[in-house]
Amino acid sequence: MSGMYRFFLRLFFSVAGIGMAGWLQAQDSLQSEKPQMADGMRASGKIYVVVAVLLMILTGIFIYLIRLDRKISRLEKNNK
Amino acid sequence: MLRKNWWKILSIIFLFYTLTAGFLGRVPVKPILNETIRNLYFHVAMWFVMMIFFIVSVIYSIKYLRHNLPVDDMYAVEYARTGIVFGVLGLLTGSVWAKYTWGDFWSNDPKQLGAAIALLIYLAYFVLRNSLTDLDKSARISAVYNVFAFAMLFPTIWIIPRLVESLHPGGMGNPALNTKDIDSRMRVIFYFGAIPGWALLGTWITTLRIRLQIFSLNHERHV
Repeated sequence: MSGMYRFFLRLFFSVAGIGMAGWLQAQDSLQSEKPQMADGMRASGKIYVVVAVLLMILTGIFIYLIRLDRKISRLEKNNK
Repeated sequence: MLRKNWWKILSIIFLFYTLTAGFLGRVPVKPILNETIRNLYFHVAMWFVMMIFFIVSVIYSIKYLRHNLPVDDMYAVEYARTGIVFGVLGLLTGSVWAKYTWGDFWSNDPKQLGAAIALLIYLAYFVLRNSLTDLDKSARISAVYNVFAFAMLFPTIWIIPRLVESLHPGGMGNPALNTKDIDSRMRVIFYFGAIPGWALLGTWITTLRIRLQIFSLNHERHV
C-alpha cells in the first residue's frame, strides 16, 4: 500500500507540474507582448484548467482515502 | 496487498478517465443542454450507483433473514447508507442542472418527486432501525422493511416517471438513454468510466465503514 501511496503522491505532483508548466507558458507569452490566447492550458476556453483543478481534488480525496484505509488496516492488525 | 486492493486502483483509474474524457471528449451539440450534457457522467451516474447499492443492500438483508448472521445486517445497513448518500447527491446535482436547463431548481417533475419519495422511504429504514432498542429485533424488522423499501423503488423511480409526461428523458414510454440523446462516444465514458468508477469508489468507502464497525464491535467485546 505504501508503494501505491507513493505512486499517487508522484501522480499528484506531476498533475501540479502540468499546471505549473501551463502557467509559466502563460507568463512567457505575456512578456513577449504577443497574446497567444490558445496556448497550452489556455486552449478551448481554458477548460484544461478546470480539468487540472478537478484532477487535483480527486487526487487529494484518493490520498485521504488511502491513508484512512491504511489506518484501519493497522488498527485491525494490532487488535487481532 | 495488491491482490486485495486491485479494485481500488481500478476505481481511481476509472474516475481519472471519467473526469478527463468527460470534460475534453466531444459531445453532441444540442440546444438548451449545451455543455451540460456532460452531467450524464456525474448526475446520472449518481442514480445508477444508488440503484446498485440498494440492490446490494437488499441482497444482504435477505441473506440476514435466511441465516441470521449479524454481519449480513451490518453490510445491508452500510450499503443502504452509501446508497442514500449517492441518492442525495443525485437530487442536489439534478436540481442545479434543472435550474439552468428547465428554469427551476425544483419543478415537481414526476421523476424528481419519485426520487424524493424513494429517498424518504430509505431514510425511514434508518428511523425504524434506530427506534428499536433490541438489537436482534431491530436487525430483523429493518431487514424485512428493506425488502419492502426496495420493492417501492420500482414504481417510484422506474415505472411511474416512465408512464407520465416528464421533463426527464424517458417519459411517455420512451427509453431514457436512447441514441437520439447521447451517442456512442458518451456511452463508452458513461458505462466504462463513470458507472464502474463511482460504484467502486462508493464500495471502497462502504467497506471502510464496515471494517470500522466490525473492529469497534470486536473491541467492545474484548473490553
